[in-house]
Amino acid sequence: MIAVDAPSELLGRALTLHPQVALRPEPFGALAYHYGTRRLVFLKHPDVVRVVRALEHHDTVGDTFAACEIAPARHPAFLRALTSLSDSEMLRDRAG
Amino acid sequence: MTALVEQLKSGLDAPICLTWELTYACNLECVHCLSSSGRRDPRELTTGEAKAVLDELHDLQVFYINIGGGEPMIRRDFFELVEYSIAKGIGVKFSTNGAFIDGAKARRLAAMDYLDVQISLDGTDAVTNDAVRGNGSYATAIRAMDHLRAADFGPFKISVVVTRHNVDQLDEFKALADAYGAQLRITRLRPSGRGADSWHDLHPTNDQQRQIYEWLLAHGDHVLTGDSFFHLNALGDENLPGLNLCGAGRVVCLIDPIGDVYACPFVIHDEFKAGNIRDQGGFTQIWKSSNLFTELRQPQSAGACASCGSYDSCQGGCMAAKFFTGLPLDGPDPECVGGEGELALAGVAAGTTPRPMMDHSKPPPATPVSFRRK
Amino acid sequence: MRRCAGDTLYGMEQDNTLLDTTEAETHDDEIVEELLIEEISIDGMCGVY
Repeated sequence: MIAVDAPSELLGRALTLHPQVALRPEPFGALAYHYGTRRLVFLKHPDVVRVVRALEHHDTVGDTFAACEIAPARHPAFLRALTSLSDSEMLRDRAG
Repeated sequence: MTALVEQLKSGLDAPICLTWELTYACNLECVHCLSSSGRRDPRELTTGEAKAVLDELHDLQVFYINIGGGEPMIRRDFFELVEYSIAKGIGVKFSTNGAFIDGAKARRLAAMDYLDVQISLDGTDAVTNDAVRGNGSYATAIRAMDHLRAADFGPFKISVVVTRHNVDQLDEFKALADAYGAQLRITRLRPSGRGADSWHDLHPTNDQQRQIYEWLLAHGDHVLTGDSFFHLNALGDENLPGLNLCGAGRVVCLIDPIGDVYACPFVIHDEFKAGNIRDQGGFTQIWKSSNLFTELRQPQSAGACASCGSYDSCQGGCMAAKFFTGLPLDGPDPECVGGEGELALAGVAAGTTPRPMMDHSKPPPATPVSFRRK
Repeated sequence: MRRCAGDTLYGMEQDNTLLDTTEAETHDDEIVEELLIEEISIDGMCGVY
């Protein structure tokens, strides 16, 4: 679990999908199921799915937003989503 | 109602999980058995056919399966199939009466990951339990739980069907689960399978429904219900946790021992049969395109319940409960807390309710004998 | 106000179901309110075990 003081602090972190999470596309976005915790999360917009998949390929969350062309006005909502996913162990810090 | 619930009602590209009854064979003959189990069906899926289904579920990315029966551990390939499923990335939860969990099996189960076990129990003492599940079944379940604990299995589930006769034991069930470090699950009795005959005697009274509702609000924080009591939400302002969502044909379904696919385990009847996995296109075709599931994924009419202020909370209840008591699906649930179901039931002519179409019950003994297990 | 029993099991997004769940219009200098994820309890849908 990642201790985050404020969502914006997440911008500089390197995150990745937890290895025990399966991400399954659905028409509205995707379902994420954590095989360890048995928790189920709906990713309700295709853009958040793109961002989640792209996280491991970029140095930071901020870089990921840029690469995925997420408009700055949407960053707070995306940061809340990623914080939520981190808190539920769907995402975790990347080593290195 | 959230947009998400509406999306779930219109169905997903693949089930989240599904129930798979591996066999109709069972060492018990519970009076309310939703699958009328007892005797193996000779048309049962082979090991190869079962693995092919698992291959399909893997491709669909079904997250996990809920294995039941009959008694699934009776199948000789039970462990082979469970291990195959887990190896394909499909988690396994299974439901058992515990008769086949000895020390060695418990250790074998404890060594497996992505596997959950649920022991069925319907009373906190042998008298209450065995009246429903048969002589010796209480002791069998407790013995299985002891083996799981000794093997350090970790948290397993105890699953209870709430009846008129065990509703006063909810606190004791919770204490029993706590004593084993297990999680309690209580579920609603439906008039399905052999339950069609025992329902009128076993289902909770109106007062007892309120008792269940209030108990869940007061003590249900760590108790699972599988969202099976949402028809009780109309009793008060506070909703029980859950989405009040019937997942049948939308996010879940049933595969039965002979490969028939039904909307859910409580509607084993042609009316709710979507196809058979042996058909062209297999399970995938059925999930994505069967007439039944397509229909279930359309917006459902509130029908006679439309003018009731409680419809948002209770969603008209359970279609299995309505179907097998002879009530129309677009009307009140037989246990409607507003009494509308009772009124409607009074209009159902005796002997006209749909009968379960599959009955794998063992024939009654020619002469009365005491309950014997092989 | 007493919370719905067991809501801590149902994820941190539960409260957000009260918010508008549709995507707001994007204005250049306005923050966009979107509900991008929602946790669902696997105990919260009938038929899911």
